[in-house]
Amino acid sequence: MTITEKILLAHTDKKSISPDDFIYAKVDMALGNDITAPIAIKEFESTGVKRVFARKKIALVPDHFTPAKDQKSADQAKLLKKFADKHRIENYFEVGRMGVEHALLPEQGLVMPGDLIIGADSHTCTYGALGAFSTGVGSTDLAACFITGCVWLKVPISMKFVYYGKLAPWVSGKDLILYTIGDIGVSGALYKAMEFTGPVIHDLPMDDRFSMCNMAIEAGAKSGIIEPDGIAVKYLRLVARRWPLTARKKILELKSDKDAIYSEVREYDVSKIEPQVSAPHLPSNAGPVSKFKNVKIDQSVIGSCTNGRISDLRLACKVLKNKKVHKNVRLIVIPATQKIYQQSIKEGLAEIFLKAGAVFSTPTCGPCLGGHVGILAEGERAIATTNRNFRGRMGHIDSEVYLANPAVAAASAVKGRIAHPDEVK
Amino acid sequence: MKFKGKVWKFGDNINTDEIIPARFLNTQDPQELGAHCMEDIDAGFSKKVSKGDIIVAGKNFGCGSSREHAQIAIKASGVSCVIAESFARIFYRNSINMGLPIIEIDDISQIKEGDYLEVELDKGEVLNLSEDKHYNVQVFPKFIQDIIKKGGLLKWVRRKRGKG
Repeated sequence: MTITEKILLAHTDKKSISPDDFIYAKVDMALGNDITAPIAIKEFESTGVKRVFARKKIALVPDHFTPAKDQKSADQAKLLKKFADKHRIENYFEVGRMGVEHALLPEQGLVMPGDLIIGADSHTCTYGALGAFSTGVGSTDLAACFITGCVWLKVPISMKFVYYGKLAPWVSGKDLILYTIGDIGVSGALYKAMEFTGPVIHDLPMDDRFSMCNMAIEAGAKSGIIEPDGIAVKYLRLVARRWPLTARKKILELKSDKDAIYSEVREYDVSKIEPQVSAPHLPSNAGPVSKFKNVKIDQSVIGSCTNGRISDLRLACKVLKNKKVHKNVRLIVIPATQKIYQQSIKEGLAEIFLKAGAVFSTPTCGPCLGGHVGILAEGERAIATTNRNFRGRMGHIDSEVYLANPAVAAASAVKGRIAHPDEVK
Repeated sequence: MKFKGKVWKFGDNINTDEIIPARFLNTQDPQELGAHCMEDIDAGFSKKVSKGDIIVAGKNFGCGSSREHAQIAIKASGVSCVIAESFARIFYRNSINMGLPIIEIDDISQIKEGDYLEVELDKGEVLNLSEDKHYNVQVFPKFIQDIIKKGGLLKWVRRKRGKG
């Protein structure tokens, strides 16, 4: 069995499961945000059920249009707050203490290997980086889970992606996932679980692994997952709320069997991969950054659940130190959580961004989905460390988004056009 | 369930930002969401669509976000069902959970914009009245049929709890 099948089986009362089976599985954590949870809350309340299944297994994060961007957004966020109060939801995170949900939950120790997590947000697949099965669902699924603590799932077949070789400078997890999506297309892993493995993956820092699993959905996948290893254990040791004596052993045992069945195995020699850029309007339009050097930009965004973590900001600062943002460019930096925000100040990163002439914002999903804090005007073009470059995603329908890693986004902000980090001297 | 309506055709990878742009996600009002359905890919869509009409699209329809505002918008626009070569997985489950009829047909190339289709969901039949053609429909697995028959996920859950 694959690691995905093992986790799913452990959450049912069945003796065995196979891909394509329908299962009704127990949920360890159910997540909603200020866009999706209001619908779930209304649906939950319409059923007349009085209590949620478990107040500790629900997380509510107002992160998309917060701090409230307008009246209606404020009303939506208020619905979350009221529901959290009424049901004494422990994991409600208010503005000023919150973060972009998929950066926040792992950081808060709410994700453990082997967990089954659903979230009414497509990028919920992020938590596979810690060896959890996690997947995006809709508000109705969330409402049903509030009642039952369960979710219906079709067991996905797994696709294995093996990475070997030596990473070139400035090549990160983001580049590996953009390259992979470029290879298989936006529906290349439709309904499937993407399992990332190989020596390169098991050398990657956690933040890079989060970026990779985060974008599994952009290939159409149900989930992305990486077998937890020593690096994952080290991360978890710092954030976990409980750490039983057997935790380490159990975590390291959570692996796919040698004879596990995959629909396909793809291997990549990463030595040949340059930092990647995905051109509008699909994440699969990926190519080496050198191909895009003539593309002028109006805005650069560094942040989001894909690349707003501390190592992302450190990487951007490596490029930006003692540099100025190009006169024609707005650089918008959004640390993904309050903790990362504070850490950036402590390490002097905030200072580097501010000196360079960047905006340094409180955590929010903001511009990633065209919400606020950096909407594009007609004809404008941005480079962003976010996850989607659909038409009109960041603002006007005739604006454009290019996806890249934080170093490329920082270099482009300095140069005024898409640039390789080595071009900034 | 039986529907009859005019075809509005779209291509591959129609995403949720096209079905309902994020700038309208600060509301859950069906009327408002319906008025902006498909706005960024076909500006006048909500004005020209009639009750019962059918969206026909290529591969990976509904990719992107998990927003159920997409289903709310499509339903409120008057569209009776969506036919596609394949659906993005969250859109697929949301449609089942919320009672928006969806149908997978392997090849939609023979269906033209403006054709009139008759869809009989229970029998898994799609007839093209304009072309006098019949298409092969992939039948839902039994588990999903059961959710649809109960009238969506929440009703299915209540029935299950009632029994349990």
